Amino acid sequence: MGWDSLGRERRMRREPGEDRNRASGPLLVALLLACATVMTLDHVGGDDSPLEGPRRVVGEVLGPVESVANQAVEPLTVIPDYFRTRTSLRDDVERLEKENAALLAENRTAGLDRNRLAEYDDLATSAADAGRRLVPARVIAIGPRQSFSRTVTIDAGSSAGITPDLTVVNRDGLVGRVLRVTRTTATVLLVADEQSVVGSRVTSSMEIGFLKGTGEIGDDGTLELDLVDAAAQVVAGDVVTTWGSQGAGPYVAGVPVGTVVSVSSSPRETSRRALVRPFVDFTSLDLVGVVVKGGTRSDRGVLQAEKK
Amino acid sequence: MTATRNLILAALVAVALVLQVSVFSHLAWEGVVPNLALLVVVAGGLVHGAQFGAVLGFAAGLLADLAPPADHVAGRWALALLVAGYVAGRARQDVRPTWGSVMLTVLACSFVGSSVFALSGLVLRDAAVPVLEMLQVIGVGMAWDVLVASIAVPALVVLLHRLSPARAAW
Repeated sequence: MGWDSLGRERRMRREPGEDRNRASGPLLVALLLACATVMTLDHVGGDDSPLEGPRRVVGEVLGPVESVANQAVEPLTVIPDYFRTRTSLRDDVERLEKENAALLAENRTAGLDRNRLAEYDDLATSAADAGRRLVPARVIAIGPRQSFSRTVTIDAGSSAGITPDLTVVNRDGLVGRVLRVTRTTATVLLVADEQSVVGSRVTSSMEIGFLKGTGEIGDDGTLELDLVDAAAQVVAGDVVTTWGSQGAGPYVAGVPVGTVVSVSSSPRETSRRALVRPFVDFTSLDLVGVVVKGGTRSDRGVLQAEKK
Repeated sequence: MTATRNLILAALVAVALVLQVSVFSHLAWEGVVPNLALLVVVAGGLVHGAQFGAVLGFAAGLLADLAPPADHVAGRWALALLVAGYVAGRARQDVRPTWGSVMLTVLACSFVGSSVFALSGLVLRDAAVPVLEMLQVIGVGMAWDVLVASIAVPALVVLLHRLSPARAAW
């Protein structure tokens, strides 16, 4: 439609002597210098960057808009499900039956997995002991891949009791940590981001290491675990949790992160490296919980482990 | 008229940024979404020339750098979109804007914009991404941009012309 009028304009004569394709040199130089200045200020400033102020202001304004936009399109995201055929549903039933059978078989061999069970028990008790308090939040915006960082915006901010450096989890495990907050939103760095490092522990051997994101998410997305001890006994299938210490952020202790899928070591490196598949599916993040400290004032209900 | 046009452009850029992170994120292919802010900048450059494109690109990029959930060094998208807007403004020097040439301009600007952003990350050591992955992301981004641009950019160009009738005769 637009091209009809464009075509019309194309037939119009170009005004003689007007060369608006040229840009004024000084202006371009000024803009380039402005870019360089902003980058330098932000890069050198680090966490106390002078750009944090403007960032917060923009966040205060655009955060609520993102929230509304996300709410508006959320009902539409289920539309693809309407078009699922009987065949695909039948496939689903078949797959689930297989899965169920596998789970039943696993259940019958539970004796073999007693150690694993003990680990899970420990995890559960540690969570109950810690009395984790969660502020529920929804993911309202996801950073584009073109920016080469893995960050999301959640719809809970400082008025919900969120502060920077809090742990973010969902029902499957560790999601990431809070980078910065506005009144109504917070920016979360996912553990899959290349810049993310999480102190982690392999539950079967209590070995510790540093878990780094690779930027890859989706089916083949993994995290890299650099084990501190080069002689550590770690095998595929081991569960990795956060190591953190109580009260000392950013990551609280004992949050499940993923399972080891493979272990490698090279003679050149002093540490062993394991690939870890995260429990959390970063491509379909929706409801998350932010672990807040006791006594946090929040404008929404704070979820809490049941007292025994 | 200029003030109205600038206000509308600012609103367009803001809407583009929000759609990019909140709406198109549901359609993202491996996390890559169409760079709508870039499309607004390209349309601005096409209609009003290189200088306008560069200024619009700088402003839009700065907003993209600060809008949540961005977490890279601020100024990187400002630089990338500045260059993209400049290229868009220069592109139509001798070429009459046909549908094909506009799409080529979008392709070129998408490639240049994403590449400048990625390279600035390498220089600042902001995000160490393997080059292969970088190229893949840039490639998918270009495909997305052209797909959306085929509808959005003509509409934007027409809108921008309506907003500045005095300069419509180019």
